[in-house]
Amino acid sequence: MATPVESTAPPMLRLDHLRALEAESIHILREVVAEFERPVMLYSIGKDSSVMLRLAQKAFHPAPIPFPLLHVDTTYKFREMIQFRNETAKAVGARLVVHTHQEAIAEGTQPFAVGTERCCALLKTRALLDALEAGNFDAAIGGARRDEERSRAKERIFSVRDANGQWDPKRQRPELWHLLNARLRPGETIRVFPLSNWTEIDVWQYIHLERIPVVPLYFARDREVIVRGSSLIVQEQPFVVTMPGETPQIVRCRMRSLGCSPCTGAIRSDADTVPRIIDELVAARHSERQLRIIDHDQDGSMELKKREGYF
Amino acid sequence: MSGLLRICTAGSVDDGKSTLIGRMLHDAQAVYEDQVHSVRAASANRGVGPIDFSLFTDGLKAEREQGITIDVAYRYFATARRKFILADTPGHEQYTRNMATGASTADVAILLVDAQHGLRVQSRRHARIARLLGIENFVVAINKMDLVDFSRDVFDDIRDHFEELLQGARCHAIPLSALHGDNVIARSLRTPWFEGPPLLEYLETVDVTRDLTSRPFRFPVQLVLRPHDGFRGYAGQIASGTVRVGDRLTVWPSGRSARVTRIVTWDGDLEMAFAPMSVALTLDEELDISRGDLLAHDGPHAGTRFEADVVWMDERPLELGRLYLLKHTTRTLTAEVGHGLVLNQIGAITISTTRPLVFDAYRDNRTTGSFVLIDPATGFTAGAGMITAPVPESGTHAAERPVPAAERLALLARRAGSDTEAVDAVAGRSRRC
Repeated sequence: MATPVESTAPPMLRLDHLRALEAESIHILREVVAEFERPVMLYSIGKDSSVMLRLAQKAFHPAPIPFPLLHVDTTYKFREMIQFRNETAKAVGARLVVHTHQEAIAEGTQPFAVGTERCCALLKTRALLDALEAGNFDAAIGGARRDEERSRAKERIFSVRDANGQWDPKRQRPELWHLLNARLRPGETIRVFPLSNWTEIDVWQYIHLERIPVVPLYFARDREVIVRGSSLIVQEQPFVVTMPGETPQIVRCRMRSLGCSPCTGAIRSDADTVPRIIDELVAARHSERQLRIIDHDQDGSMELKKREGYF
Repeated sequence: MSGLLRICTAGSVDDGKSTLIGRMLHDAQAVYEDQVHSVRAASANRGVGPIDFSLFTDGLKAEREQGITIDVAYRYFATARRKFILADTPGHEQYTRNMATGASTADVAILLVDAQHGLRVQSRRHARIARLLGIENFVVAINKMDLVDFSRDVFDDIRDHFEELLQGARCHAIPLSALHGDNVIARSLRTPWFEGPPLLEYLETVDVTRDLTSRPFRFPVQLVLRPHDGFRGYAGQIASGTVRVGDRLTVWPSGRSARVTRIVTWDGDLEMAFAPMSVALTLDEELDISRGDLLAHDGPHAGTRFEADVVWMDERPLELGRLYLLKHTTRTLTAEVGHGLVLNQIGAITISTTRPLVFDAYRDNRTTGSFVLIDPATGFTAGAGMITAPVPESGTHAAERPVPAAERLALLARRAGSDTEAVDAVAGRSRRC
């Protein structure tokens, strides 16, 4: 009955770093589908979401992706992102759910009118919690990585949220080995982070290896921007206006991370291909989220957002 | 040498773990400039010199306020020689569970100790947990050497204590000052008597090769993929070993067997696959296989009773007679225990499950030898278990499966009578599920 394989196997087989990360993430995605009734994948259109989507295709092949994609649309995303989102959902054959906090938009919520903190709280956090409730989703898969920010470095792979969608970092469950505890009490939901152990460079190397399409905003080209301090702001929304002394300039730049156009600055860059982006990152001395205005509102601002229910 | 090293830190509160890690990341230029700026600003607010290195890893507000680490922080960095995943774990006794979380996937543990205090209760506990979790390489980082005038005698004394405590493991002791950077990335001039490599160099060069692929094949089934009538694929991640098309596999615990017809991946079919790949297998016979079953060539134990070392991580004690959920590979079932444990206690106990479990000893296979106990009322991951040996099904059948006398004796000594208690518990109670 037994077929000993040890003798026929080469002395040492090893999965390289990216393939090991891939195998781990696929394992996590399959656990979610096996353990939860109504999972959903948060699709934010960025590079991390693009990698997650590819991993989801791989995890269930030859079956289709067994959960819908959810995009929480603040209506202030870059136009190229929305176009890319719609094309990608079609190409992958996944069901796309788009949710917007319409009442807040109707009331004129935008970052310069109400402040970035309140704007995020309404259009991202509240909208996300409403969308999860509307879809009755018990598990939400997100693309956050532990290397992004120091409170995210503390996040579990299966991370429990209470009935209000909130995170209690002091009560996190121990998560040993690769054993993911999916047990929930009534009202609780779970956030799942299959890319927990990936770094920004891993993500780009994987995109290169797998030839995964990404939003063209990541690649450097000449763009018209407002230069404000060290930030380069793309003028897409009518409320983003020049201040006295500012005139839009043509700058060769790209986005290092994607968010809402008024709050996401571009960086000066010549990196117009994935390998050039990787070279740039290796040489980079600034961390990725620095250009996100929203993380710097106050000390520990990401942790506060996460506690309230943000990803 | 492996390109990736997983490290965890351990040690008592205030021994300076976060400071050491922050110092190493900073000196190895593994923190970004804007993080240095924000930490400088925060350090200035707290009046702790130019840079409080612990702020690089203490990511939670409560941690920065209290100046302690509560939860494990994962950091990712690379040098020219190696990539690292570092789990910076708390020293505070209340958060021992988070230390165990960090240690469960580590290749190397950095055990930090304050040169002024030597071995403390918590250092001993952490050393013991790290050993139980199978860590074989330890850095004994003897910190705050500046406060004992870089005394060689102090260093030698603490090192000897640790080596005794960590018998059987490989230990590398280093005299350090995390605050001043002695022997962190460069050899210190203040310890001329120390001849070993400094911390970072040791981590870059230590050999921790664990060859999963030469072990017996183990494949816990995660999901059955059935996109259409003509396809039935068993999806999972290979825990150990290799598999080839044409191999005859046994389905555990049913004992039926079939041949592998395809190894399916999105990137195309494979002829051979090995740990830790995630794949889907198809078989030549229609067997009843579902999530939680194990595919293997031969050899695992299957049974409803086994012996395990358990670390208890919940404020609510582990109780005799209560039912717990036990998650092992992809199978979750109901279990009860031979005797109780309280928070942070470690014990060798007998576990009985309602349905058969297919397992190996933890020393042979970390995946098929480990499990967690979940409190069904709270959902909390309350216990972490490492299987040491199977136990015969019941007292009456013990004679049919003789255990060598010496081994049996050792087992009994460690278990302190828990066996009887378990039998009573099983026999005397009506089950809920």
